[in-house]
Parts: sequence; C-alpha cells; structure tokens
Amino acid sequence: MQINTFGKIIRIEEALSFFQDDMVLMFGGFGGIGNPPTLIKGILEKGIKNLTLIGNDTGFPDVGIGQLVTAKRVRKMITTHIGSNPNAGKQMTDGTLDIEFSPQGTFIERVRAGGVGLGGVLVDIGIDSVIDINKQRVSVSGKEYLVETPLTADVSIVYAKKADPFGNLVFDKSARNSNPYVAMAGNITIVEVDEIVPLGSLNPEEIIVPGAFVHYIVQSEGVDWKWVWEK
Amino acid sequence: MGLGKITAREVMAKRAAQEVKNGMIVNLGIGIPSLIPNYLDKDASVMFHAENGVLGMGPTPRKGEEDENLCNAAGLPVTLIPGSSYFDSSIAFAIIRRGLLDLTVLGALEVSQNGDLANWIVPGKRVPGIGGAMDLAQKSKKVIVLMNHTNKNGEPKIVSKCSLPLTSPKCVDLIITDMAVIEVKKDSGELWLNEVMAPYTIRDVIEKTGAPLFVNQDIIVHNWE
Repeated sequence: MQINTFGKIIRIEEALSFFQDDMVLMFGGFGGIGNPPTLIKGILEKGIKNLTLIGNDTGFPDVGIGQLVTAKRVRKMITTHIGSNPNAGKQMTDGTLDIEFSPQGTFIERVRAGGVGLGGVLVDIGIDSVIDINKQRVSVSGKEYLVETPLTADVSIVYAKKADPFGNLVFDKSARNSNPYVAMAGNITIVEVDEIVPLGSLNPEEIIVPGAFVHYIVQSEGVDWKWVWEK
Repeated sequence: MGLGKITAREVMAKRAAQEVKNGMIVNLGIGIPSLIPNYLDKDASVMFHAENGVLGMGPTPRKGEEDENLCNAAGLPVTLIPGSSYFDSSIAFAIIRRGLLDLTVLGALEVSQNGDLANWIVPGKRVPGIGGAMDLAQKSKKVIVLMNHTNKNGEPKIVSKCSLPLTSPKCVDLIITDMAVIEVKKDSGELWLNEVMAPYTIRDVIEKTGAPLFVNQDIIVHNWE
C-alpha cells in the first residue's frame, strides 16, 4: 500500500458504503472488458438492487456488469447494446428492465458531456430514426442536429491499470474504452486498479485521466469470471 | 448450400475482401464480416478499426497467447500490427463521425432498393441493440452489407421498402450475399445485379429478391472453389 497522501485509497469494504438501492450507477467497460470486477462482485454480494445503470452494454450473462443484469438487480439502463446478454433482452420483453438505447458514438459523447460539464451535445446520428423521439432539435448553419442530453451518475465505477495516490490514471490497451469519460461523469468516482504506484512514478505525459476527477481508489482482486473465448 | 468445398460464409467473406484496398481504414462488423481478413494478402496495408478504441488490429492470437485487455468490439481477443494505436471510445467514434472510415462491412436484416439499412431491432421480438451501427452506416465513405440472400423462412431480405425500423436511410453501396453481388445506385434507387455466385443463376437471384433488379449486361459468374 502506498502512502495515502490524499486519503483516496480505501479498502473495498469502505468503497461498498457508497452503493445503495435505487441509485444511478455508471460503469466503464465495453463487452465486459474494462468492467471493474472487484467492485461489481462487492455490489452483487451486498445485494444492491433497483439500480439505474449507465454504460456501453450489458456484457455477457456471467461476465462483468452482465452479472448484475442476470441477478435482476437492474431496473433501468441507458446503454447502446444488449445483444450479448440474452437475460437483458428477456427482462426487457418481460417489462422488468427498462432500456433506453443511444447510438454508441452518441452515448459516449453524452457521458463525456456530463463529465466535462457541458449542457449536451449536437449530433446528427439517428436523426428521424426510431431513437429520435421527443428530442429537441437545433439548426446550426443550416444543418439539423439532435440535442443529446448529458449523463452523470451518483457513483461511477471504473477500471484502470494504474493509479497513483492522487488518482492519476493510466489504462491498459482496449480496456481503456469508455473508462476515462465514465471516471469524469461520476458525482463520486471510484476507480479499481491493478496497481497503486507511488506519487511521481507515473510520467505526466502518459496520464489519461488526471486525479482531480477521482475520489477513491481501490485495489483490484482481478477478474473472477471466465471470458467467452476461454470457454 | 451447393457450393462445394467452400461454404457460403467463406464465399461472402472472400468476395468482400476484394473491396478492401491498400491504405484503407476499415471497420468490420461481427459475424461473417470478421472473416474478411483471412482472405487479404499478407502484406496488405489496411488499418482495421474497432469501436472500443483500437486502430490497426491484426490477426486473432494463437490459443494461449490471448490478452484479456486487447479485444475487438465483440469482446474477442485480437493482436496489433505495426502503426497501431489505442484510444478511448469517444475518439473511436470521432474517427467514424468525421468520415475517416473508408469502408464498413455490416450484417443486415433488410436492405431496400434505395440503400436503406435495417439491422438492429425486430420490434417485440429481438432487440440486440444499435451498438455502433447507426454511426457506422451513416458516416462511412462506403457501406457494404454482407448477409444471406434470404431469411430463415426463405423470404427476400432485399426489399423495395424496409418493414423494420431503419438503422440508417440511403447508406448501403454494395450488397454481397451467398447468391449475388448487387450494387445500390442510391441516387436513382436502382439495384444492379453485377455478379452471380454459381451454382445460382440470374433467375434464382431475381426470384429471391423482393425488389426490381437491373441485370448488368457484363454480369460476372463466380465459380468459387
């Protein structure tokens, strides 16, 4: 454990005190990759339910965030894709899971808008399609855009490769995906990392998310599921 | 499918590979499109793009050499080629929205004669989700649909007007199926039958297509083996 200069490094048990029923929870990751495994395991074990989840996709039934859907802990989801988790589709058809679809590029810009403090983004993706329901329109230089609203959350959970005690983050290959913007969009952001490194050991040129956005850091216990390609 | 040694999926992937040219930035959908790299020249310089944040993906790693944090948008392990880069998914979609993708190859539920694409929702039945399909279909310089010519019930998937909600209107440039290669002339709303996959005949293709087809007088008949 590094010297906890900023008081951000906490144990998983302390991190779990931030999760409650009915909360809005945003998660990083894409297809399970970059979902924070130890935090998700903790949320499952604590029995948190009636969640509104915001994240790229519903993962796979036994992988990452998909486990919360499978365990029926989720009431509503703002996402882009549920095809790899049949449980999500079934619950949606049964009416127990409410899904709001955003096109993937629009989704991440909505998260980014929340994370960077903008009032929304202007996007022409999906204009006049079935996702264009009750959306405000604006015309800029003669071109029509949809106003896509920003997304924030009570708590954001993030996976990163390394953090220093201030919460400066570096990521690992394609596990970066949505994580940097999810880290910025949480009212409270908890980052699960493979490695907590000493202050000053990360090259400032390499830091992807500055620690200003990060409230808490927990040590990861690693992935406790089998990936689809391992089966 | 009566195609001898090579399967229908392989035929489609092999033909689609001919559309991938050196220097291109290309996004491949899941399923059959993901087989395309198997049919490219080994020294082809193509940058394959993934929505999760990779440009410059290489072949599937050998068993035991997978990296769980280096995957494509379908969550399957990949490798990198020289010149590749990692970035976040906002940048991945910046590449798409800015029109920097030369080519995207997608699957489809329906394609209409003016190039409308439906590939993400069957209302009340199946909603896999949009994922990046709307962004890709609307913004790529060229959109190729790779799909079986008919659905499970043998009904045409190429239709005069889509019955399913659209992913994007007037976006498809070329349709490659197990039976044919059909060019979409988006301005005139005409479908041109340019190539037939033997043993299917022009008549077979016309019969299984739910929209008027113009037959190219220089039509090519492929005998894949």
